[in-house]
Order: sequence, then structure tokens, then C-alpha cells
Amino acid sequence: MKEISVLIGGKAGDGINIAGMVVAHLFNRIGYRVYMYFDYPSLIKGGHNFAIIRAAEGKIGSHREKVDFILALNQDSVEFHKDLAKADTVVVYDNDRVRSEGIGVPIADILKEEGAPPVMGNSCIIGAFARAAGIEWAVLEEVFKKQVRKALEQNLKVARRGFDTAAEKKKIVPLMHDTFPVISGNEAIGLGLIHGGLDTYVAYPMTPTSNLLHFLAAVAEEHEIAVFHPENEIGVMLMALGSAYAGKKTAVGTSGGGFCLMTEGFSMAGMSEIPVVVVLGQRTGPSTGLPTYTAQSDLHFAIHAGQGEFPRLVVAPGDAEQAFSWSSAALRLAWRCQVPAIILGDKTLCEGIYSFDQAEAISPGISPPFEGIPGPGYTRYRITENGISPLLSPPAKDAVIKVNSYAHDEAGITTEKADLVAAMTEKRERKGNFLQQEVNALPSVHLEGTAGNRNTLICWGSTLGVCREVAGNLGLRLVQPIVLEPLPVEALHRALEGPGKVVVVEENVYGQLELLLARNGIRVHGHVRRYDGRPFPLEELEARVREVLA
Amino acid sequence: MSGRNLITDAKNTWCPGCGNFTLQFSLKNTITALGKEGTPLDDIVIVTGIGCHAKMADYLNINSFYSIHGRAIPAAAAIKMANPDLTVICCAGDGDAYAEGLDHLIFAAKRNSDITVIIHDNRVYGLTTGQYTPTSPMGFKGKSTPGGTREEPFNPMEIMLASGATFLARGYTRKMGLLQQSILEGIRHKGFAFIDVLQICASYFNRSEYYDRLVYELTDHDPSDFDAACGKAREWDYNREAPIALGTFYRAARDTMEDRIRVERKREKNRDSTIRRILLEKS
Repeated sequence: MKEISVLIGGKAGDGINIAGMVVAHLFNRIGYRVYMYFDYPSLIKGGHNFAIIRAAEGKIGSHREKVDFILALNQDSVEFHKDLAKADTVVVYDNDRVRSEGIGVPIADILKEEGAPPVMGNSCIIGAFARAAGIEWAVLEEVFKKQVRKALEQNLKVARRGFDTAAEKKKIVPLMHDTFPVISGNEAIGLGLIHGGLDTYVAYPMTPTSNLLHFLAAVAEEHEIAVFHPENEIGVMLMALGSAYAGKKTAVGTSGGGFCLMTEGFSMAGMSEIPVVVVLGQRTGPSTGLPTYTAQSDLHFAIHAGQGEFPRLVVAPGDAEQAFSWSSAALRLAWRCQVPAIILGDKTLCEGIYSFDQAEAISPGISPPFEGIPGPGYTRYRITENGISPLLSPPAKDAVIKVNSYAHDEAGITTEKADLVAAMTEKRERKGNFLQQEVNALPSVHLEGTAGNRNTLICWGSTLGVCREVAGNLGLRLVQPIVLEPLPVEALHRALEGPGKVVVVEENVYGQLELLLARNGIRVHGHVRRYDGRPFPLEELEARVREVLA
Repeated sequence: MSGRNLITDAKNTWCPGCGNFTLQFSLKNTITALGKEGTPLDDIVIVTGIGCHAKMADYLNINSFYSIHGRAIPAAAAIKMANPDLTVICCAGDGDAYAEGLDHLIFAAKRNSDITVIIHDNRVYGLTTGQYTPTSPMGFKGKSTPGGTREEPFNPMEIMLASGATFLARGYTRKMGLLQQSILEGIRHKGFAFIDVLQICASYFNRSEYYDRLVYELTDHDPSDFDAACGKAREWDYNREAPIALGTFYRAARDTMEDRIRVERKREKNRDSTIRRILLEKS
């Protein structure tokens, strides 16, 4: 077989996420593209965790409704996922903890005999799985050497015992393709920010972007970027503004609740024209909601956050390659146009695991920021034709650099004069127009399929992966606006010319993109929405799109 | 730029008799002194919150970050972390620092951020026309508490000692010489310097008579003695009438946030090679 889906489940603390990564690397090593969805409740120990790892010959970014293998470290992995099993699904299970049919592995005995700790149970079951899927021992050994750094020898011994217990059930054919780095969406965003020139990252932990904080904090051990975790998100945003004022390209990361606290600072970024990038990983709301599950329900929040009117950039990458390209682009555009920018992700993208094809992750070219010339004549808010005032950071020789959250004059001194307030408001408006031009010059609407295709699927953000496959299977054209503010309206109109039907796919209940499109004169014929915190499996979405198009 | 006029052309809108004038002169004189000592004026940044105090950002002709209410301190701390060569002076009101942004004040002290925080503590909200603040005395009759407050004030000096501030002083706007000296000492101090300035509000809470009668300058006090500093901090609780000490309460030498970051910084700067290395690890 040339496509395979594997579910690995256990209780929180069993290391399911890491085990899933190892399985993904096994497939990567034999030439497959991989995607992993990790599902976990908001707790540390106990509870049921599972990961679905899918491998295919082509690029993928979604999971299927059914799996070929279930690797069960607890009984829940068999009981909860009966709907995922097919007639020929192979269950590889811990026969001390799980009652099932399939390949039982005496994990407790093996661990005891090898003197290994309980957490190594997942190495044991991965060994058994490799044998059952016809993956050679040498492949497993190579992957373990690279991916399992702690107690490698013992992990390999335990895996070998599992391997020897099992028998081949379903052979997955090795492909002669290149391997790719296997990274999370958060890591792709982080690498994109580094590529774009990130100097400083400030964040307070919050799912689903905590792993971005962890990733960049680890990078900062080697590379000269600064990473800081302050007292709360209000502090995060104001620290970011202070840091950016002092000349550091700065980004912050959070989810909806944290972004609520950041909005006063976000609005100050608009008024004071201090660039900053916010990585906003959506999760199921409102309020605390489902902290570890996904949603696309903060689009309007992102577009409208903060009091007053000011230009901003909102980009919603759909997979790891776009996450890299557009995080880099967002940072550079924010500094080019001196606006706050939001990279709008979600739990699916941020914590999803993807094969990353760097050749495809080409970051669009963006001109450098407008820099000021130091001297006594410098004013921070000089009125210019395109609305952008040349930027300087202290210290600059003989220049007084004043930024201000109040309405201000060109020098940055507070004013309440009507004509000056209007002139500055118009300056910021022109800056928004300039940003729109910059966005229009970029591939800010992603298109797939030929224009001759009758019907079109529109999606945004992480549903790109599943929509791409559905569009392919149903012969639809795919339109994904990557930039959502300022919306590339002309490009969207061009993309949607023609008589075909248009269906919008979103993971929210109100149809936030659909409303945005309607506001811009784009009417659609139907929609598919999901709002239970779970991403669409491929077959479900395909059936629902078919239904809408029927 | 030695010939720079340190006062901007912005129209001054403080009330006649406002304590902020004394603070403005003190800051101007302090900045002049720093300039004479060799600190380039271009290297100084003033950060303010929102309130009467904050107009300082408009009036002083130096780099400034006019922040939002309660949020002067995180911006100031970040500016210093981003560029430790800058001299960062942070002015905040008692509403700013003790109500809206108390968390930031405590954390900046905890981290020993190398900034100087000057609190224009007039113990009343002036710009919003007279409500109580965290340091207003019990029973204060403001517009939001017409029957008088029913809570005791904070003692910011105690809070700062408990939070790890490494320089602690109190000033009074009618004792300008001593105030100026405290500010200069605070700026010269390496680490988090905190100066609570008893400032009279000419319009809503003029306590000149009270302060004039009770303040005294600290002498025979060892600022390196933490327990003695705690004693002096508790002498007057911002509520009941008691002698009010002015001058330096506490001073300690400790590594700053910026020192610790400088040590930790790694040298790899090439972004492409860092990205390549990480992707290789994950292949």
C-alpha cells in the first residue's frame, strides 16, 4: 500500500505525541510525506491522548476517517475509536492493559526484563508496529538514533523486543522519494520569523502557541535572538512595543484570550505606528472554551481588534510551507509599512506536524523599511505621500524620537488640534492604502486547479490541507485568500469570475470569511462549517461539499 | 547636542502650583548633569504612562515613549533590555503604577531591570478630575467615593522592598534639592531604582501643609541595611499621621536583568545557517 493511517493512543503522560513523531519519521524515512494530528485534553497526566499519523506519496495536510493501524497503550484507544476502524484495521496493543484482537505485545514483561521505565512502552509498541507494517529494522534503528536521544540503547532494545514479538500484517511499500524535515506549524512559523529578521520574541504561555515560545527559546540558546516570558499578555504587548521602538524586530505569540489582553497595546501600535507581529493561534472559544482544540472563530476579532481605526495586516497561512513564507513576509511587511501584523493560525496548524518542503516555502520579496536620516530635523511622524514616516530608533545622532499613544503632531507631541488630528488620521489611512498595494503585488490569494473548473471551494487557514484534497478529488478549483486584511479584493474577484458554484469551508458557526466576502461583493452559493473543536477528516468534508454542490 | 533646549515648544497645561513643575525642573537639571558627565542626550529615553505626570514626555525635548495608562514600566524595561546602553527614565503616576499596572511595577523590581521609575504620587486621579488612588488615605472623599473610601492605602515603599527593588528613595516636590539628588542617584544606580515622589495636586489634593509639617531628611541611616530600610518604610503608612522620611531608604548591588542577558547571549547570527541546522535536525 502507498498510503497509510495510524492511530496511536494512550493516557496523557505516555508520551503519545513523541511516539507519534517517531512513527511519522519512520514513514518519512521510507519516502512518504506525512501529516500528524494530535488530540489531547487539557490535563497533564491521565486522560486519553491520541495522534493520527497519515503518510502518502503526495503532499498532505489532513487525516482520514479510517485508520489502518491502531497502536493501543490503553483500553480507550480501542473503545473510543471504534468508528475509525475498518474490517482490516490491525490493532497492536499492550496486552497487559488492553483487551483486543490483533497483535498483543507483552509490554510490561518486556520492560521488566529490560529494566526499562514505563514510558518506554511506546518504543516497544512502535517496534511491534514497524514489524507489522513491514518496515525494516534498519529504518527503525536509524530513526531512533536521530529522534530518540535519551537512553537510546535501552529504547532500541525495548523496540527490538516489540519488533520480534510481532508479525507482518500489512506491508507499506517503501518509496524512492527524498525525505523532508518533519516540523510543526509552530516551528514553521518560528523559522519564518527568523528568516524575516526576528530579533526578539515575547510571549506568555498559551495553547496552541506555547510550543512556539519553547521552540524559539531553544533557538535563542544558540542563535542571537532574545526570547522573554513576562508577567502577562499586557506586559508582553507593551514590552514588544518598547523593544520595537528600540529597534528590534519583535513578535509576540498567544491565543484569543491572551490577545484580548493585548488589544490595548495593539491599538497603541496603530496610533504610535510601532510595528509588531502577533502570532495568534486560534482555539475553540468563547472564553476558555476548549483550550486544546481548534477553531477559526477569531477572524473578525483579528481584523477589528483595538479601539479606533488603523491599518493592520492579517495573514492566515494554511500549511507549513505557507507558515514559513508568510511569517517571514508578515514581519517584513509590518516593518515596511509600520503597521501591526497578525499571523492567524489555529491549533490544527500550530500543533499539526507536516513534511516541510523548503523548495516550496519561497518567501515573497518585500522592499526594506523606510529609514529616517538622523539629525535635528528628524520627526518621527513626518507627513509623507504614502503615509509612511521614515523610521529611526534611539539613539540617533541629534534626533529626538518621540512616539505617542495620544493623537500627535509630526514631532510626536500630543495635539488636540482638529486639522492636525485629521491630517494624521489621513496619513495613517494612506499608509493602509500603501499596505493594500504591497499586498496586491504579492501572491496573497493561493489558487489551485484550472480556471476552467466549474465549481470552486474557498477556504482559509489550516483547512487548506483537507480542502486541497477534496478539491482534487471532486475536480474543484481551490481559492485560499492568505491575506485577510487588507483583503486582496481584486484578486479574489478575478479568481471567482465565471458561472460555477462557490462553497466556503470554515471552522466557525457564523461564517466569518463568508461575511467578509459578502461585505466585499462576493456572494457564495453554500458553505460547510464545523465548530466542535475538531478538524474535518477528509471523507467527511468531501461528503458534505458534495451535498452542498448537489 | 550640547546646545539643545531641553524643553519643547509644547504648551504647558499643568495647573498653576502643580507639583509636576518641580519634577520637570528636577528632571531637566538631572539630564543636564548627565550630559555634563558625558551621557549623550541622544542616549536618554523617557517613558511615561497616562495622566498629568505623563505630559513630561511632551515637555522634555528628549527621546520619549508616551505609553498608555498603567503601561509605562513594561515598555521602559523592554527598551532597556533591547539596548542596555540607553538610559531609561520612567515616569508614572500613582494610578498608573499602583492601580492599573501594579503587576508590571512588581515584576520590574523582581527582575532588577536597570531603569529608574519615578512615581508622581499625588494620591489622587487629577486628569480624571479627582477620584481616590491606591495611596489616598482612608476616608478620602473623591468623586467615586463621596462618602469616603473604605479601604486603607498601599504603602508602596513596603511593596517595593518586598519585591526586590535595589534602590528605594522618597522625594517631595516642595524639597526640590533633595528630590533632584534622589533622581540623580536613582539614575546612577545600576539596577531597578524606585523613587516615590510625594507631589501635591493643586486642584484636587493639596497636602502641602501636612507634608511640610511631617517630612524630614534621612540622616544616620544605613541604606545597605534592609531591616533598617523596612523600618523607615513602615514609619509612615500613607494613612496615619507620622514622621515622613525623605531621601535614600535602601541601596543594594545585585546583577541586573541586562547583565544576565548579556552573559547568556549566543553569537550565531547567520539566519540561513540557523534555519538549515534546525531543519537538518528534524529530517
